[in-house]
Amino acid sequence: MKIGVYVCHCGTNIAANIDVVKVVGYAATLPYVVVSRDYQYMCSDPGQELIKKDIYEHKLDRIVVASCSPAMHEPTFQKVLEEAGLNRYCLEMVNIREQCSWVHMNREEATRKTMVLVAGAAARAALLWPLTAREVNVTPTALVIGGGISGIQTALDIADNGFRVYLVEKEPSIGGRMAQLDKTFPTLDCSACILTPKMVDVSRHPLIELMTYAEVVDVQGYVGNFKVKVKKKPRYIDTAKCTGCGLCAEACILRGKILNEFDVGTSKRSAVYLPFPQAVPLKYTVDKDNCMFIRYGVCGKYPACKKVCSSEAIDFNQKEEFVELNVGAIVVAAGYDVFDPKIKPELGYGLYRNVITGLELERLCSASGPTHGKIKVDGKEPRAVLFIHCVGSRDAQVGNEYCSRVCCMYTAKHAYLIKEKLPNTKVTVCYIDMRASGKGYEEFYKKVQLEGVQYRRVNVAEVYQKGEKLVARGEDTLLGEPCEIESDLIVLAVGLTPKKNAKDTSVLLRIPQGSDGFFLEVHPKLRPLETTSSGVFLAGCCQGPKDIPESVAQASGAASKAVMLLSKGKVLVEPFTPQISEDICTGCGFCIEVCPYEAISFKDVNRYGYSVKAASVNEALCKGCGACSAACLSGAIQQNAFTDEQLLTVVKMLSGDT
Amino acid sequence: MSGIFKGAFEPNIIAFLCNWCSYVGADLAGISRIRYPANVKVVRVMCSGRVNPLFVIYALRHGLDGILIAGCHPGDCHYLQGNYIARRRLVLMRRLIEYVGIDPRRLRVSWVSASEGAKFADLVKEMVDEIKKLGPIEQFHENI
Repeated sequence: MKIGVYVCHCGTNIAANIDVVKVVGYAATLPYVVVSRDYQYMCSDPGQELIKKDIYEHKLDRIVVASCSPAMHEPTFQKVLEEAGLNRYCLEMVNIREQCSWVHMNREEATRKTMVLVAGAAARAALLWPLTAREVNVTPTALVIGGGISGIQTALDIADNGFRVYLVEKEPSIGGRMAQLDKTFPTLDCSACILTPKMVDVSRHPLIELMTYAEVVDVQGYVGNFKVKVKKKPRYIDTAKCTGCGLCAEACILRGKILNEFDVGTSKRSAVYLPFPQAVPLKYTVDKDNCMFIRYGVCGKYPACKKVCSSEAIDFNQKEEFVELNVGAIVVAAGYDVFDPKIKPELGYGLYRNVITGLELERLCSASGPTHGKIKVDGKEPRAVLFIHCVGSRDAQVGNEYCSRVCCMYTAKHAYLIKEKLPNTKVTVCYIDMRASGKGYEEFYKKVQLEGVQYRRVNVAEVYQKGEKLVARGEDTLLGEPCEIESDLIVLAVGLTPKKNAKDTSVLLRIPQGSDGFFLEVHPKLRPLETTSSGVFLAGCCQGPKDIPESVAQASGAASKAVMLLSKGKVLVEPFTPQISEDICTGCGFCIEVCPYEAISFKDVNRYGYSVKAASVNEALCKGCGACSAACLSGAIQQNAFTDEQLLTVVKMLSGDT
Repeated sequence: MSGIFKGAFEPNIIAFLCNWCSYVGADLAGISRIRYPANVKVVRVMCSGRVNPLFVIYALRHGLDGILIAGCHPGDCHYLQGNYIARRRLVLMRRLIEYVGIDPRRLRVSWVSASEGAKFADLVKEMVDEIKKLGPIEQFHENI
């Protein structure tokens, strides 16, 4: 047995708080250690070469690397071992960056801890044995959760690569937030005009199965082989028969009585509805929370919608359905929620009718919106409009410290649209810091200013009514004095927040959320599309606020990650299955009881001429948790790479009781 | 006995963390630079359900002053139910060690998700403070 120990400085990340040279000196005194070295960046090419050279020259057979978290570089160093002819599982990593130098500031204590950890790792390394990773097949199908622009782009890209895609959207139509927008900054393209062709492409693509008004309720399995359960909510409309004519909505007795979510409450709809005219699929949906017939069992003498539907598409007997899907990869494109400005009551949202959000203004600007693109407040055109930036963003008081990234620019666009529609209206924007960092954004911002929009660096503290006017009171931070600005309409540039059900999705897919509530990528710079749940990828605003070009780019990136996995057809699974010593097994069956995958069963073995029962593991079913090893009374079951002996040796070394 | 008792008592604590949630949570504490005492040393296991009660006895016997076992939150286990198994086992284990005269506060089972870096750091701080009050584990260590 010959062990090589390598301690990384990680520039100064480790070396600043740990006396690396002392650790290396100590490691050289440990049993079986023949080489002990330190290096500036162990993961760099020369660092890797150093290990390889030692493996050849000193005939090393076990390697200990003390550096960053194994989550970061275990695969890197495993590859080094393989390239030098060693088995990849003959590596033991010591996490002295994330779990030592970054959290302990006392150099002496951190060094002492590192020495103990390295001693434990070297002792364990001596007990490691070569293992072979198992190959399992990948189901060549993907699931995309969320039918906004990110989900649409992801689904199209995966399907265009020749793989089958299930696109699950919880609303009756795909399109997401982008469908609600009027124009997009900085080019002022009409949002619907660039989005709807893609929506139609999704519905027509032979490899995409669109599941709208459906939700993912359960996810089991692992990379390459997920089993997903989808709940299809009843539409009470037979989509095969519905022609999308809309007679039912016109006939509905609740017509014009229910707030339309798509128009963010700026218009009213019927209980049977199409969210917006370009909806895909173009099928109506009965809103069960409002429909009189569903709620009370009666609706006049006979439901009016049923009476007028000549294709007999309305079916009140529909029940929710559950569908099981087998997929190899999952892309989460669940989107975002808009910050609820009622959380900041000082801004008067919900109190004054002429305080609205940016998204509401978006619907008012839209030609297909409730006012057909006319901006009116109580029937009158506003003579003065005031925008307030950073509502619910960069605000520790409401718990959102992050910048929502799109509000500066969408407000600039809104200001421009108002100047375009109402040239004589005075437009003022109260900003805190102006952020216009995208392609063509700064130019657009300049253009908006040239249109006569006044930008003032004002922190608005409160909004109150004075006669027919609204007054925003705050501090002009450039002049350093209090100010009051009068207007007829106040538009709040509300930020983006994680979906209300983000926690549920996080639990469902076992993907962590960051402190801001958005889903966490594996690495903020180098692995922004992957999650710690292998085979689950992220696209769009569920990972953090983004504008449309960024969402589309990330969606294509996530699609390509998914395609990489699907096209490989095979995935390697860690070989942490148990070994069973049939001679020691007493046949108690505790392992069978604790195994969550029913991977262990009894088999008959011949022991000194007697047939006895002994545990036997089905490696194809085993996921490698090790619960059986912990349950075994006789020590007959030992999990590969986590045997009792290996772990107890570490415990002993860490106790310092040697 | 090792040299850790020189000067003020600094407890020696071992933490078994599951690979999927708690280990990632501990890494997050590092990435967020949340400081906590160096008394804790981490052993990575694939699942909290892998922790054999034997490990606890063995650790106490070798003079470790505290043992922390952390896994995914109930319902979030990467292996469906490993953390439930760990909980059942270790609740029993706490009663057992109390029965043999060891303060059960030395054995702690907790759930730390991949996004709870701060929780992990707090947990370590709490445990270190608590075990400092309890003092070094000597009886079990010397008797066996």
